[in-house]
Parts: sequence; C-alpha cells; structure tokens
Amino acid sequence: MSAKPPASIDALIELLAKLPGLGPRSARRAVLHLVARRSQLLHPLAEAMTEVAATARECLNCGNIATGDLCPICLDDRRATGQICVVEDVADLWAMERGGAFGGRYHVLGGTLSALDAVGPEDLGLPRLADRIETEQVTEVILALGATVDGQTTAHYISDMLDGRTRVTSLAKGVPVGGELDYLDDGTIAAALAARTRL
Amino acid sequence: MEWQGQGMVIASRPHGEHAVILDVLTPERGRYAGLLRGGQSRRMAPLLQPGNILSLAWRARLEDQLGTFTAELQRDRAGRLMADRRMLAGLAAVSGLLAHALPERLHLPGIYERSSELLDLMPLTPAWTLAYLRWELALLEALGYGLELDRCAVRGTNEDLCFVSPRTGRAVSRQAAGEWADRLLPLPDCLKGQGPAPDEEIALALVTTGHFLQRHVPPQRSGQAIPASRARLVELLRRGMPGRAAPA
Repeated sequence: MSAKPPASIDALIELLAKLPGLGPRSARRAVLHLVARRSQLLHPLAEAMTEVAATARECLNCGNIATGDLCPICLDDRRATGQICVVEDVADLWAMERGGAFGGRYHVLGGTLSALDAVGPEDLGLPRLADRIETEQVTEVILALGATVDGQTTAHYISDMLDGRTRVTSLAKGVPVGGELDYLDDGTIAAALAARTRL
Repeated sequence: MEWQGQGMVIASRPHGEHAVILDVLTPERGRYAGLLRGGQSRRMAPLLQPGNILSLAWRARLEDQLGTFTAELQRDRAGRLMADRRMLAGLAAVSGLLAHALPERLHLPGIYERSSELLDLMPLTPAWTLAYLRWELALLEALGYGLELDRCAVRGTNEDLCFVSPRTGRAVSRQAAGEWADRLLPLPDCLKGQGPAPDEEIALALVTTGHFLQRHVPPQRSGQAIPASRARLVELLRRGMPGRAAPA
C-alpha cells in the first residue's frame, strides 16, 4: 500500500508543478518545505497570494502590472518626461527598471507581431500607444524590442505607424558589456559595426 | 532513424520551458520539423532566427515520429537582413510563406536552392524584389499550380497579354478579355519575365501571385490565410518605401 498525501496537499503540489521552473518533484519539495515552515513561509505566502489575486491587474495606461487602475510609473509625475519606452512584456519593463537608466514611462505590447502565430497589430496595444502620443505630449518613442525577426518587424511597424507624429528611436545593437568579439555571431558584429560611434 | 545535413530555419516555436519545435527547409528532404532541446536558451535562441543555416542531426526511433534535432550554426543570415526594413520584410515573407505552404517531408526540387539564393541576393542588390516575385512563381509551380503566362488562353497568341484568368492561371490578351477585363487579374510585364520593374509594378504582380497562393495553397498550420508578413512586404513595395535601417 502506498501512502498518498492528503488531497489538499496533493492539489497544491499539482498546482505548483505547473509553475515555470518547477516539476512534480520540485513541487513536492517546495510543499514539504512550506508545510514545515508554516508560520514563517506558508501563511505569509498564502496572504501575499490572496492579496495579489485580489488586486493585481493590468495598468490601463501602459499595460504594466498594477494594483490599481494605473501603475506606480504612470502615477509618478516625475516620469512624465515626454519619452515612452515600448517593450514586449512586463519582464522587459522590469529589466529596464533594474538598469535604472531610463526615467520616462513605458508601453507594454504584450507580444510582437507574428505571422506564423497570427498575431496582428490589433492584438497588441498599438492603438492605445498611438493615443498616448497625443494625450501625453510624447516627444520620443524608444523601441526596446528583441533583435529577432518578429521583434524588428514590430519595431518597423510602429515606426511607420508613428511616422511624422513623434521621434522614434530604437535601442542600439552590438557588443554587450563584458563581451568579446570572438564569441559574437556575425549578425551582431555587422550590427555593431554599422552602429559604430566616434570616440 | 537519423540523418545529418544542413537546413535553413523557417520557424521555431516554444515547446515547454526550454525546448522549441524547429521547422527547417533542407536541400534533400524538404521541410522538416523536430524538437530541439534547449532551443529557448540564451545560447541557442539567437541562432534559430529565420534564414539562418544550421548544421543538423535529426534522430527518432521511428520514421513518422517528430524526432529531435541537434543543431549548430553554420551561417548567420538573419542578422544582416534585419538591419533593413525591406530586407526584413522579404525575409519574413519568404520564411512565412515556406512555413505556410510547404507540406512536411516532401522534397520539392529547387525550392531550397531558390529560397537560399533569394535571401543571399537581398543584401547585394535592390533588384531582389523582382527575384522575390520569380521565387513566388517558382513556389507555385513546385506546388503544382504554375501559371501559364506565355500565350493567351482564348486566342492562343502571345501578343498584348495583359490579364490572368483568376480561375485557370492562364494569360489572357486585351482583345480576348473584352468586357471581362475588370474580373481578371493584372499581368504586368515583370510577371512575364520582361526585364527590371519598379516596385509598384512588382507589387501589382504580387497581387496576382497572391490570388493563386490564397486559392490553391492550403495552409499547413492552424488554417491561417496567407501570412501577414507577405502582405506587409507587398504594402512596402506598393508605397515605394526605400530600405531603411531600424530607427536610431
């Protein structure tokens, strides 16, 4: 006879196993760890998850994750610099914020144009971006999209859409900090050479 | 079952957390798909851009299984084409149409070579747009829907051919078209293989090839119509937009 965990714990293991980076085995370990540290971890985690489940939503302005109608970045007047940085998803926004080099606001597309997956302009937040150009008196849109065929196709589409309405720029492509030329692919070296700057 | 050889990436889509289903066009075996473990990793993902040439090894226990790939970059092509909006649109249209139209594991002679030559031509001359038109004609022919544009379907002559029948794909002369002209597709000179042409004329010719791609070529994935990437290329040509680097 095999002793199965109680149904509620089994259900928790099953749910955790669906998370990225976790499988059934690691989910079982996580649940055992939580149960063993009920007061330090399990209760605070349950409360935090309940609160996030009740409050987390998409910012109506930029698509970032927020706990109200607008996210903290859109509510912050100091970030109304006239610059909007367009990113593919919230993870990219967080990456930009970790860098701390950008002081403007964001616009999260929620994906890129993809012919094979039938993702078109209407599936992304592009009409809302066009509206923001007028309402927020945007002077520059910075496209921080992936250097992939889909990412660059989206960048060109947005550039065409906003042509003549505001300045559109994109992140440079080239040698990463700490990178060595020997390890770079041909396309990156070609892009870095094309975007060379005078010292 | 296993084989080794080269292949051109035409698409990849995530499978689980780390793997991708990789779609390649091979010179000897046509379009082939397989699971590539670690395909979403930082090291592998940049190599799997459409147009890139990979050294591949495919392995499966049975012939009709999906199988798994191991892959190594042989030639980076996408990076250079991505720098220009028209070339990028061309690359996306080529890879999109190949993924859309080619059945798996069916070798269509010449398609790999023509696709590869077209992508190689893009950085060399702006006239690649005409080569793209000829590539679409070759694709239609390879799929069994070649157009007959050298003589009039009604009168049998080869003079003043101006239209294409949307039903048969055969040329029709101006005299034979008569009052039906507005129901026929355009047949610009570039579609007859007569010399260089401005982009607007090529865009007009692509309306005709697009009709037959739409009509005859069943989508291989998810019942989509012709990929939007092709429509974007046609739109760029119609507007006569020059190649331009990404905004900077």
